[in-house]
Amino acid sequence: MITPNHKAPLTFATIEPDAGLKAALAKPRVDLIAEITASQLKGRGGAGFPTGVKWNLAAAAQADTKYVICNADEGEPGTFKDRVLLSDHADLVFEGMTIGGYAIGSKIGILYLRGEYTYLRAHLDAVLAARRAKGLLGKNVAGKQGFEFDIQIRMGSGAYVCGEETALIESLEGHRGEPRNRPPFPVDTGLNKLPSVVNNVETFAWVTSILVKGSAWFKAIGTQRSTGLKIFSVSGDCKQPGIYEFPMGITVAKMLEAVGGSDAKAVQIGGASGHCVPASEFGRVIAFEDVSTGGSVIVFGAHRDMLHVAKNFLEFFVEESCGQCTPCRDGNPKLLGGVELLEQGRCSMRYLNELSSLGETMQIASKCGLGQSAPNAFLSIVKHFKDELMGRTQGEAH
Amino acid sequence: MLVTEQERLKSDIGTWLERYGRDRSALIPVLQEIQKKYTRISEYGMQVLADQLGIHPVEVYSVVSFYAFLDHKPKGKFVIRLCRTVSCDMQGKARVAQQLESDLGITFGETTSDGKFSLEWANCLGMCDQGPALLVNDIVYTRVTPAMVNDILETCRKTFGVYALESTHEEGHA
Amino acid sequence: MADNLNDSTSRAPVSQTGHVIPPVDDEGMIGARVTLTIDGQEVKVPLGTTIHDAAKRAGIHIPTLCAHPDLCMAGLCRVCVVEVEGMRTLQASCAYPVSQPMKIHTHTRKVRQARRHIIDLMLSHHYGECYACGRNNNCELQTLAKEYGVDFFRFGHPDKPMYAKDESSHSVIRDMNKCVLCRRCVRTCIDLQEVGCLEAVDRGDKTKIATFMDKPLADVVCINCGQCINRCPTGALRANDPTDEIWAAIDDPKKHVVIQTAPAPRAAIGECFGLEPGHPLTFELNTAMKLCGFDKVFDTNFTADLTIFEEGAELLLRLQDALKTKKGPVFLPQFTSCSPGWVKYLEHFYPEYIPNLSSAKSPQQMFGAVIKTYYAQLNNLDPKDIVTVALMPCSAKKFECNRPEMTDSGFKDVDYGLTTRELAKMIQEAGIDLPKMAKSDFDSPFGSATGSGVIFGTTGGVMEAALRTVIELVVGIKVENLFDHADIIPLRGMDGIKYVELTIPSVGEVPAILKPLFESWDFLKGVTVKVAVAHGTANAHKVMEDLKNGGPLSQCHFIEFMGCPGGCIGGGGQPIPTSQEIREARAKAIYAEDSAYPIRKSHENPAVLELYTKFLTEGPCGHKSHKLLHTHYTPRGKYIAE
Repeated sequence: MITPNHKAPLTFATIEPDAGLKAALAKPRVDLIAEITASQLKGRGGAGFPTGVKWNLAAAAQADTKYVICNADEGEPGTFKDRVLLSDHADLVFEGMTIGGYAIGSKIGILYLRGEYTYLRAHLDAVLAARRAKGLLGKNVAGKQGFEFDIQIRMGSGAYVCGEETALIESLEGHRGEPRNRPPFPVDTGLNKLPSVVNNVETFAWVTSILVKGSAWFKAIGTQRSTGLKIFSVSGDCKQPGIYEFPMGITVAKMLEAVGGSDAKAVQIGGASGHCVPASEFGRVIAFEDVSTGGSVIVFGAHRDMLHVAKNFLEFFVEESCGQCTPCRDGNPKLLGGVELLEQGRCSMRYLNELSSLGETMQIASKCGLGQSAPNAFLSIVKHFKDELMGRTQGEAH
Repeated sequence: MLVTEQERLKSDIGTWLERYGRDRSALIPVLQEIQKKYTRISEYGMQVLADQLGIHPVEVYSVVSFYAFLDHKPKGKFVIRLCRTVSCDMQGKARVAQQLESDLGITFGETTSDGKFSLEWANCLGMCDQGPALLVNDIVYTRVTPAMVNDILETCRKTFGVYALESTHEEGHA
Repeated sequence: MADNLNDSTSRAPVSQTGHVIPPVDDEGMIGARVTLTIDGQEVKVPLGTTIHDAAKRAGIHIPTLCAHPDLCMAGLCRVCVVEVEGMRTLQASCAYPVSQPMKIHTHTRKVRQARRHIIDLMLSHHYGECYACGRNNNCELQTLAKEYGVDFFRFGHPDKPMYAKDESSHSVIRDMNKCVLCRRCVRTCIDLQEVGCLEAVDRGDKTKIATFMDKPLADVVCINCGQCINRCPTGALRANDPTDEIWAAIDDPKKHVVIQTAPAPRAAIGECFGLEPGHPLTFELNTAMKLCGFDKVFDTNFTADLTIFEEGAELLLRLQDALKTKKGPVFLPQFTSCSPGWVKYLEHFYPEYIPNLSSAKSPQQMFGAVIKTYYAQLNNLDPKDIVTVALMPCSAKKFECNRPEMTDSGFKDVDYGLTTRELAKMIQEAGIDLPKMAKSDFDSPFGSATGSGVIFGTTGGVMEAALRTVIELVVGIKVENLFDHADIIPLRGMDGIKYVELTIPSVGEVPAILKPLFESWDFLKGVTVKVAVAHGTANAHKVMEDLKNGGPLSQCHFIEFMGCPGGCIGGGGQPIPTSQEIREARAKAIYAEDSAYPIRKSHENPAVLELYTKFLTEGPCGHKSHKLLHTHYTPRGKYIAE
């Protein structure tokens, strides 16, 4: 039913099983974290926090119990790479979590799997069982005396916001998935108020790969501020949608060429919470310093109505906002109301500017990263497609 | 709710709490079990669970109402969730939605009167390259076309198993 | 012992608790203080101080809405955002504890714009007009709108309500059309009071504050304490207001309208007239109420003193049964029963402990029963023409007077419970400037009261009054011999749970009034009486759990419980706002009033003694007392019916 979607072999397919773990366990913890830090790997979920720094903070935190949490609550519209990684390369992900456990001094790993991926559960349980049987989980992992680590799976229940790490932790604790105030950060006060590392599925797989191939290999790829390779989920109006691996720093144009979407009028990069890049800006690079992304790429062909796209994204946020803070809870419905006025051709430029300014408030005043990025799509579509959006006549077809 | 069913639910909750532990972190896993087995989380179930965990029923209700996959209203045996997010939208989700409504005779948010099917929207199922996608309970269907809808529903009806016989007279209605 | 019981057991999710960095003992230690630059001004604050509090120290005002001094910091309304140099996003100053030097700007263009947007967003679904709202001029949303110069509704304003008002409760009315989702009520109900009948439900734009399954408040486990009202920034929560009915009674020449006033409202009502907390207006209020048209003004302290007799005799009887006659099951510790919020809490959460609850009615209800019997007789009035109003600091009193069992006079003993806020409104409506009123006394025959009755109004007061009387009647010595000026200090103050032991060295003669019940006090000789005091139902919860687990408090003989933090002075009918500081000021006023009374002990109240001579002739806990002054309770349990 699910067709394979690798358009090119992923690096992950070439990584020798358990080699990364063995390499990690052979190092002192400090050196292990130093290796990750040297690779300059940044979180692949989208926020781009340096993984080595995060692990170092968690390793330094004093506590008897710490947690390694893998964020598999992949809910960003247009993102499906984690599903593919968990289907095809679950061992690499679990290996990365185990390496994380060793690095920060944790015995407990938790994979938070979104409810929509329940069908992956049996497969993942089997992979975990096999790893336990091979001594790669449990006591004295891979023969390393005194290193104990195991992984449990916890299921999500249909809430996009649980992809935000503190909301995910709230959910694990049995609460509504509502993001926490920062500080404190999870590395210090996370699950059950204990130090916790939360990383994306892909990040863990890259950790394993880096341990096998070395930080120098990883660092040599990409740009100075965005090193390494990145997995992209490509969908929309292109000839070959699917999963792709590109170096960081690739231009939008080059990527579109690879996926067969060169005639696009715009690309949404980073999902609903990302930015809409119009054709005039296809020369921009995908990297943390320019267009940053968790890997979602949605291609819009010439015939797409960008107002309809903005509406779809806003409907998503109106429903998926946790409802806690005012800017996100009450702001998104106002933006959606603006889109509806645009549809009817009844939105004044003055009000549209007011809404754009509201969007800017949401970007800086919302409590969590998701609320802060909710207006991104709306703002970039308004910025680039004003002529397409405004002055519509009743019943105008787009 | 019948007393016997209440007792069954109470004893199930006890079993699940043994499995997941008796602190608040067990709340969502147990709610997921209740939802799966009983297709809903009843008022009674919420109160029993609250009592067992030493929290207030409204806290359980608050959590149930937050998560899309938890519900206090009864759901059908088969919950169909059609992805409405942008990629699936661009690949023709609207026509699949129309056909689902026509074939089931209900609109989104409703459950068929025989209690077999519930129809709901979902936000991004992570099948964006193979849309339109839908979930039937835990099973994912991709590249769904309007013409495929009937086949999917028929597959469900056939897997009704032991319940199929008792409800044959209702079959035509659905 | 009570130390660990006073530890916090916050149950709010971490998403709604601000990060607390424990204060360093020695502020002089290196690293114990952080230097901030706020709007160009340097300020040194202890590590862990929030940006908001640091700004306050520097005299800089940052507006807040979801923050409340009694509650954990949620950081969710975002009104208090400020700009921190080096950070891309604005930070919620109320929930940001500082741990390193920072440069903060509190009113940049970005900040002002964000605040204005947030206020406009709230107003866009806040239904109603200010001039038709009970919180007009005392509304935090209105204040914010004014501060930020809101002169039009940027994102619209609702022209029709979205929700039906919930008017099911005798005590608390919920109008969610005015709710701005600050969740103070949720944190109050679940965290501060441990009752847990309100929570945020649904998500996204559908988020709302609701009861279990959206049931009417009257059908869920609400104890009517009204603490949510006191902390609501808008008019979304208010008490069930009987002033129209009371005015109608006053206007009706056939009706004899009697008002009794409890001590806590008198200590606080000045706040509704612009006075600082802690200015009691007891005697000015007497004049004002007469001007409003009440026929008689009586002092609830009279029945507070009566309560000490009835509840005290009941306690001594339980002790006699436990220590001397050893008959039957004896339920100790005895619990006080004058706080209706606490009583309902117990009925819901610990119904198995109902036998421990004193059967004595609360002073309010005793008063009603006495007015419609003894007072009616004395004045040749038909009780059906008497309307009794009770001025109370309390929203739960409204429920209490509507309990079906509270009709022992043959009529509804108390017709209306009136809160401090509502009486202030009546006085304002009558055009009376309360603080300028001349002082006048209470009316006879229930005007004489003691200092012991007054202190019922604050946590520890009932226990202090009871001990004063027990020491004198049982030990036979002056309280002043044990406690300077008869002030039992260990029972005072705002600690959540207080505990006192007192050994009875020797016993005196049984006074005549108690002779029908006790031959001698010998059974109490050498006994160490153990008592405890808890206020706020979260503390009551801790005490009850300790009791259930056979902890140290289970050894107590008598425990005073008050439903509200601070006792009645912090009641759900008191002026808004409230805070520990305000409650302490009110308590101070109460103790000052106590000190000023010529008679400070309940058993010396001449009017009470006269009542026992002329009306309740069998004495405390006698047959007639039992009929009129005692009651029974309803085991309600926690289960909420479908």
